[in-house]
Amino acid sequence: MSEAAVVGLLVATVQFATLVYLAGLGELIAERSGVLNLGVEGMMAMGAVSGFMMALATGRPWIGFAFAALVGMAVAGVHALVSVVMGAGQVVSGLAITIGGLGFAAFIGQDAVRERADAVFTDLGIAGLADIRWVGPILFNQPPVVYLAGLLGAAAWFVLNRTRLGLALRAVGESASTTDSVGHSVTLLRSGAVLVGGAFAGAAGAFLSLYMAAGWTEGLIAGRGWIAVALVIFGAWRPGRLAAGSLLFGFTLALQPRVQTFDLNIFGLEVNTISPALLGILPFLLTVVVLIAISFRARHRPSPAPAALTLPYRREER
Amino acid sequence: MPEPGDPAVSPGSGDGSVVVDLRGIRKEFPGAVACDGANLTVRAGTIHALLGENGAGKTSLVNVLGGVYLPDAGEIWVHGEQRQFHSPADAIAAGIGMVHQEFRLVPSLTVFENVVLGSAPRYLDMGQIVERVAHLAATYSLQTDPSRPVWQLSVGERQRVEILKALWRDADVMVLDEPTAVLTPAEAADLGLTLRSMADRGRSVIYISHKLDEVLAVCDEATVLRNGVTVAQPRSLAGIDRSDLAEMMVGEAAAQIQRPTDQPSGDIVLDLEGISAMSDRGLPALHSVDIDIRAGEIVGVAGVSGNGQRELAEAIAGLRPTTAGAMRLAGTDVTGTSPRARSRAGLAYVPEDRLGVGLAPTMSVVDNAVVRSYRSMRRRMMLDLRRCEDFCRRLIERFGVQVGRVHDSVGVLSGGNLQRLLLGRELTGEPKVLLAAQPTRGLDVVGIAAIQEQIVAQRAAGVGVLLISEDLDELLALSDRLVVMYEGRIAARLDPRTTTRAEVGAAMAGGGGT
Repeated sequence: MSEAAVVGLLVATVQFATLVYLAGLGELIAERSGVLNLGVEGMMAMGAVSGFMMALATGRPWIGFAFAALVGMAVAGVHALVSVVMGAGQVVSGLAITIGGLGFAAFIGQDAVRERADAVFTDLGIAGLADIRWVGPILFNQPPVVYLAGLLGAAAWFVLNRTRLGLALRAVGESASTTDSVGHSVTLLRSGAVLVGGAFAGAAGAFLSLYMAAGWTEGLIAGRGWIAVALVIFGAWRPGRLAAGSLLFGFTLALQPRVQTFDLNIFGLEVNTISPALLGILPFLLTVVVLIAISFRARHRPSPAPAALTLPYRREER
Repeated sequence: MPEPGDPAVSPGSGDGSVVVDLRGIRKEFPGAVACDGANLTVRAGTIHALLGENGAGKTSLVNVLGGVYLPDAGEIWVHGEQRQFHSPADAIAAGIGMVHQEFRLVPSLTVFENVVLGSAPRYLDMGQIVERVAHLAATYSLQTDPSRPVWQLSVGERQRVEILKALWRDADVMVLDEPTAVLTPAEAADLGLTLRSMADRGRSVIYISHKLDEVLAVCDEATVLRNGVTVAQPRSLAGIDRSDLAEMMVGEAAAQIQRPTDQPSGDIVLDLEGISAMSDRGLPALHSVDIDIRAGEIVGVAGVSGNGQRELAEAIAGLRPTTAGAMRLAGTDVTGTSPRARSRAGLAYVPEDRLGVGLAPTMSVVDNAVVRSYRSMRRRMMLDLRRCEDFCRRLIERFGVQVGRVHDSVGVLSGGNLQRLLLGRELTGEPKVLLAAQPTRGLDVVGIAAIQEQIVAQRAAGVGVLLISEDLDELLALSDRLVVMYEGRIAARLDPRTTTRAEVGAAMAGGGGT
């Protein structure tokens, strides 16, 4: 197996990790506030197509990227309205957004399918570092969104753990009635978290259409939104573990299209005989393993899942 | 008198000015009037006892003060200013701090996070906040580690966190609803010191309890409620003893249903020999308990809550594994068998948690009614829904349950109707033993009478009844024999015909007995 192949695999790993990390971070913020958002896949599709078209129209990828975040936020507004303000089922609302979002994205993107993308992100190529063998291309010659995702992850950690807002957000995901009783607005906190989560999902979609695929086709998201949802569980609802999990999931995603070209023998197993389809289920398999581990541990301490996740809140009748 | 709206508390300002004045508070719930013209006047720098029997309206009255309930009538005056509290946040802003019986803490957050939640600085400087919380705790001798997650704490520590929460918000009136019910004696003594140090600094404490000795030891003044009305407001507790307080609380004894005086002489239907069991936390909760009950006999179990009564009920029902001992039900050895096996052997169980363990809140009246006996309502593989409904309607009629439609969920029923439905369900199929845990708690007068009548009727029908209750009058009126539990043991066996409330009370406090 050549050096170029390994480096290529790792470069792609970082990019796939960025993709699922961005979307997963948004999902994490929503879930920490107690709202499950199963609409990530649909929000990513809406972000991907609208970001791509906006970048085409303006010639600037950043404007497309920001627009995608806005569109993701707008779609998330529907979820917030239905599941937080009106208190309807979060699962039903999220699934409806995924199904509707995928369909609507395909509809508005009909004309964009054949467009060649000229306004896309380019690799940053940090001077002096990008040329280092191995490390350079993997860490220092990536598109700007990769570094942005890292910054957003650190910011999310800081807000969640070191600010009043983050404390209120974590509390409302554990017990809405307690948070209400000390004077925080449950509706505001949860709606805000869902909106921010939607912006992250939309931006992740745009990263796909404005860099990784550099174009739009129906089916572009290809289940990465669902991987982001699984990633949040795998990362035990913490930004740091989410980053580690996204590298692992990103690796399996990067490996999938390449595995059959690899001439490598590990303990007598020809790597190129592994089915890419089997690799595709690996993230979900790992998530199930983590779920089982959590439930074993839960006998001694509370589960890392927000206790009020999926529970709508209505103030007691008085 | 402080200026209106001035919540400042200065050290040693126990000048006797009125801090809280509740006037003529009325609060009505469907089927019950909790408060009917209750008054409460609390002075700065005092610990004020709010006394009354179960159901006298103490908790409802302080919930009005805490913004939990909107009163139907009456006025709330705080610091000489009339207030309207529309939410707990309003009351907090006015300086009212509540420590409810059910704690409002987030288990996965740490102590200091729970304390500052809702009034934290914009950025959380960990070292500084932890230090400030620790300093506040030390000021009022509240022992706690601010960095520990709350789920690791004991009940007593959690209570200290609740008190800290109120202090953090600078509450100058602290309301504690039966704070010592969940505490060990040592923790209760510490709490007394904490409350005194708060009063010494000019804050006021409203202390709800029905442990009279404790009230006399800790409190300065008192307000006594009876049936939702304030009946006494002694401004000093000096020279008052517990029998005076008890008399104010009870008044004339209300007419109560009495069991017949005949001597039960049936066979033994429930026989517990040396039953031991663990609590939820894995600590020994029952120590070698022996109880036997004859057919047509009511055995009452008295005790301060948390002394093993719940564990005893669950062990008998088969919901909690026993670690030692044997149990015979109507002649059959049922030690270690499933709840279903015990039900078939003739056990009827009315659990303490009637909406949760006893009934499934979101299921319909019919489903809840047949859940014990649906096996006899099959038609081949399927449930015969018509027979289920017929069964349910007969049950409703026989036990006087008031329901809108039988397909409504039981969650909408009142406490009394829930209990009638539950008792009715358990009593079909002619049980040999009825195990009733707190069957009348929280019910209104009519509901209590209906349930007590049923229990006496079962006695007449030859059922052996184990009645676990915190209502002493109920136990004394209904029981043929009385056992008192203390720290998981039977502390005393008394004859309700000859014993006194004082004797039972002493045994409940661990003072032994005959």
